[in-house]
Amino acid sequence: MACIEARGLRKTYGSTVALDGVDLRVEEGRILGIVGPNGAGKSTALNAILGLTPYQGELKVLGRDPWTERDRLASEVSWIADVAVLPRWIRVSQALDYVAGVHPRFDRAKAEGFLAKTDIRRTHKVRELSKGMVTQLHLALVMAIDAKLMVLDEPTLGLDILVRKQFYDSLLNDYFDRSRTIVVTTHQIDEIQDVLTDFVFVHRGRIVLESSMEAFESRYLEAMVNPENLAAARALRPIRERQVFGRSILLFDGADRQQLAALGDVRTPSIAELFVAVMGQEAAEAKGAPA
Amino acid sequence: MIPSPAVPLDASPGTQPQAPASLAATRPFYWSVRRELWENRSLYIAPLVVTGLVLFATLLGMFRLPGKMRTLPADPAAAHALVVRPFSLAPAPIMLATFLVGLFYSLDALYGERRDRSLLFWKSLPVSDRTTVLSKASIPLGVLPGIAFALSLVTFFTLLLLSTLVLLGNGISPARLWTEVRFVQEPLIMIYGLTVHALWFAPIYAWLLLVSAWARRTPVLWAALPLALPLFERIAFRTSFFGSLLKYRVTGAMSEAFAVAPNRPGAGTLDGLSQLTPLRFLSAPGLWVGLFFAAFFLTAAVRLRRNREPI
Repeated sequence: MACIEARGLRKTYGSTVALDGVDLRVEEGRILGIVGPNGAGKSTALNAILGLTPYQGELKVLGRDPWTERDRLASEVSWIADVAVLPRWIRVSQALDYVAGVHPRFDRAKAEGFLAKTDIRRTHKVRELSKGMVTQLHLALVMAIDAKLMVLDEPTLGLDILVRKQFYDSLLNDYFDRSRTIVVTTHQIDEIQDVLTDFVFVHRGRIVLESSMEAFESRYLEAMVNPENLAAARALRPIRERQVFGRSILLFDGADRQQLAALGDVRTPSIAELFVAVMGQEAAEAKGAPA
Repeated sequence: MIPSPAVPLDASPGTQPQAPASLAATRPFYWSVRRELWENRSLYIAPLVVTGLVLFATLLGMFRLPGKMRTLPADPAAAHALVVRPFSLAPAPIMLATFLVGLFYSLDALYGERRDRSLLFWKSLPVSDRTTVLSKASIPLGVLPGIAFALSLVTFFTLLLLSTLVLLGNGISPARLWTEVRFVQEPLIMIYGLTVHALWFAPIYAWLLLVSAWARRTPVLWAALPLALPLFERIAFRTSFFGSLLKYRVTGAMSEAFAVAPNRPGAGTLDGLSQLTPLRFLSAPGLWVGLFFAAFFLTAAVRLRRNREPI
């Protein structure tokens, strides 16, 4: 059974189209990154998956309709929506008591184990913690929930790089076990490239590219080309070209690795580079398209 | 820990979660109410402060007590009224305080969580919007009356104890005090009074909860909008339908649930069960219309919370 299955998912706010017919299938055990510019519809898609907003089209999460069956899904789906949503007045011990009280799948000992590795004390109030510590606390609470699907909406926004690294490290090492599914949106794509198994690019409410990491690594190549080979490399129709220290870096879609290796150093590109290339194509298409 | 069948399962909240079935309805509700008390400590601090003030004021009044008891009027009704008046009056400020705390609480309950974005954390946990709204409604309708009763009872018996000690210290027998003060009826009347007021004011609290779920800013202005209706009505139509409706909503619990003759000697005392009119209260259409509106407002608040995002 697919963990998330969407067909023709649409959502409009007045005349603004937030989701314009999204088809998406996320299998169990995947870590999917949703990448897109601001206002592309990422958060709307997540809100629909979490049953926070009604939508048109078909959507099943763990086999259920998230809008009409939100209360039943709630204990099987955990999420961190944005940073800094923990109430500032709550004590760490109260947060543990409360989640243990209301959540049938919460393992309190596990959460306390995670907290023991941090500087967070049970007597602390959230307002006394640094931004990074609040994130650690939230993650400790959520990771101690035995959920089938975890949704993370910009979980590391505004945090320093050490905390961000730590966040994804503990997510991978202490939580992910191949039977769970994680969906994450972030602007720091490069940092989670190694974490993801799949990604989708979202633009203007549509999915413009979706790929597994394996497919991405075999399909897209980046070659650093010296000026003398540039004309030959350009003949292979790169989808993006940029200059770094006098050398050209060209991004290819479906080029032959052997052929490229003869022209320069070949490597797997970053998702961010591909994202910029795809967004550039989108913009060109939008400009070229008849009105 | 050895599980014992004599110990109820809920006695140890820290242990392993129980079967989902037993966790169903009541546990999320119970923890949601506790959570409200953690967040809103004014719910009990404000009534406690008022109780302290009431006790302090009665302590000062103790100086006049021996003189009062020596010069009681001959008329039994007048004498009774004079003796029991402090006992009848003391709970009133406490109950008024919990009423006001309940108003402020209700107006912020569903607005505050959107303003500080914690809504997104609460919604990430398996607590339904209905459980949340009902737990918040239970604060002014159940928890605050309970707090008011406990504090009124403490005040009542502290007053009785202090008065007895003062009389004994002045060589006056406290027998008269103990025969006049009805310490079984008074607590019963407190419970009755708190219950009828909670039921009668239910639409007011529910209205405030609805506004707090709906308003994008300044919920207090929207909540107070009905207060402007009588003025509008008087200017526009020269009638006072809304005015009397609102007045009835404020004073109706007293006039429907109690029979207090204002001109009788001993006005202001309320300590006889014969002064209660529960049947008249229960047959007052105002009660049922009010409860209908309360249910309607709460249902609307549940639906609104489902769709609302942080502001």
